[in-house]
Amino acid sequence: MTVTNQARIDEVRAALDRVTDPELDESVVELNFITGIDVAGGDVSVTFRLPTYWCAANFSYLMASDMRDAVAVLPWVEKVAVVLDDHMFVDTINDGVAAGKDFADAFPTEAQMDLSGIRLNFGLKSFERRQEALLRHLLAEGFEPSVILQLTVDGLARVSLNEEGRKLRARYLERRPLAGPLPAAFVSRDGTEIAPDTLTAYLRNVRRVGLNAEFNGALCRGLLAARYGEAPAVLPAEPGLIDFLRMAPPPAQRV
Amino acid sequence: MYKTKSGEEIFIIDGHVHLWDASPENIKNIHGKQFIDCFFGYHSALSPPEQVWTAEKFAKYGVEQMEKDLFIDGPDDMAIMNPTYLKDFYKNGFNTIEQNAVLKKRNPDRIILNGAFDPRDGEGGLEALHAQAEIYKIKGVKLYTAEWKGNSRGYKLSDPEAYKYLETAEKLGIKNIHVHKGPTIIPLDRDAFDVADIDHCATDFPNLNFIVEHCGLPRLDDFCWIAVQESNVFGGLAVVLPFIHSRPGYFAKVMSELLFWLGEDKILFGSDYGIWTPRWLVEKFMAFELPDELVQETGKQLTLDIKKKILGGNAARIYGVDIEAQKAKLRHAEMAVA
Repeated sequence: MTVTNQARIDEVRAALDRVTDPELDESVVELNFITGIDVAGGDVSVTFRLPTYWCAANFSYLMASDMRDAVAVLPWVEKVAVVLDDHMFVDTINDGVAAGKDFADAFPTEAQMDLSGIRLNFGLKSFERRQEALLRHLLAEGFEPSVILQLTVDGLARVSLNEEGRKLRARYLERRPLAGPLPAAFVSRDGTEIAPDTLTAYLRNVRRVGLNAEFNGALCRGLLAARYGEAPAVLPAEPGLIDFLRMAPPPAQRV
Repeated sequence: MYKTKSGEEIFIIDGHVHLWDASPENIKNIHGKQFIDCFFGYHSALSPPEQVWTAEKFAKYGVEQMEKDLFIDGPDDMAIMNPTYLKDFYKNGFNTIEQNAVLKKRNPDRIILNGAFDPRDGEGGLEALHAQAEIYKIKGVKLYTAEWKGNSRGYKLSDPEAYKYLETAEKLGIKNIHVHKGPTIIPLDRDAFDVADIDHCATDFPNLNFIVEHCGLPRLDDFCWIAVQESNVFGGLAVVLPFIHSRPGYFAKVMSELLFWLGEDKILFGSDYGIWTPRWLVEKFMAFELPDELVQETGKQLTLDIKKKILGGNAARIYGVDIEAQKAKLRHAEMAVA
């Protein structure tokens, strides 16, 4: 393997790292779904696997086509093949993704909705989850709700944050355009404003979304590991005391 | 029966158990093999290591092993048997009411036998439902809205055909509709993950109870929202409860959410035997406490009284079991172990 080739493989992996499992809102690389990346000149081949033979075809298709698209934008790439292994719909999915078909064309009798609806629905769940994490972080850092909720997207980008905060902010801003008109930094999923005195209730409400995704993430990691006889991929740490404290109503705030 | 340290007896109704046959002789095709492999994945991923079985035992454990795991070594006083037909994958079906009836016959006071229907079976299916009610006196059914049938890849409980069946069930006194809304078999986009159909039928059939098995995982968030609005929607803890071992922190949060949104009267224990055995689940659940921080935040506790409801009281209520009378009955009856 040449050095150039290794560099290209790393580029492909970095591109794949930005592809998420829509349900879990986590990178397919971190989830240990990717089993192989081969590069020969401008030809790239990616193989992946899922926690069960039954994993929903629509999500599987969505991930496969997202992987294809993420790799295809690299400037040196001429051809991308994405191959799913060990799944009940391997042929339909692999052929459909290779031919650039819509999900509905690949599964003409079963699919009743194009993937865009699913993508939007799960994109909004991801929006809520990332928003909740960022809001709790800001509250824990002592920002007052009325101040946070008045921020514009540009204003939020200028707020001075620690490393964790910057990471949460970047993740949130990726999803922000999905929900309602800019420039407000924080709106609910249907684009409405969040009033400062309802923030605690709002956070309680959206917490179910994140909790659900975390629960599924733990389940999927366990199933994948059991299926392939490996140790589970690293789990995000279980929430500790600090997370519980963050969930508490914010203490007296500084402005 | 589970006895607390202070000697209090807690009556356990296991809300979700199976007696399946996934032995190589019964497997029809690759799907049958992958199906049991997937179950085994759940079993080995979420059980404590010392509770993990061999794949051979897991494929077919048999009646006596089940009696031992539930009623002799295990704490269950009663168990609700839910069938899973899967005749497309298994020659004689995976877990049919006929198979379950063997256990019922041997343990008449301990087993609650549930039936099944599929709205896509038309008039013939309605007749079969009448027959199940007559032969087995069922009070509940288990439904798999994601099951394949011919070209169909699933149905919704809000479909007009499903309503015909629900009307019939109500007439026949089948009050408890267990719906599998969980990690599942072959969901496409008309999928089992969507719990919205429950919202409709729970409103339209106020005299029926809808027990959403696995609490709608992986759509727990949507499920909580529906369940809070419908007084006749319950959550079954199968698959959720084993996290008490591997991810106790998440389990605590999920339990708090369920207590907050559904409430203590609408949560049912279920081991999902043979995926998990009830003994370790009940022991860990009895020993479990919600962290103070969570209790302060949600205002919801998991007291002994609430645990008793979840482990048996709630199921007793919807299945019309008089716990004290049943205790007396079980004390007198010797278990018919061969």
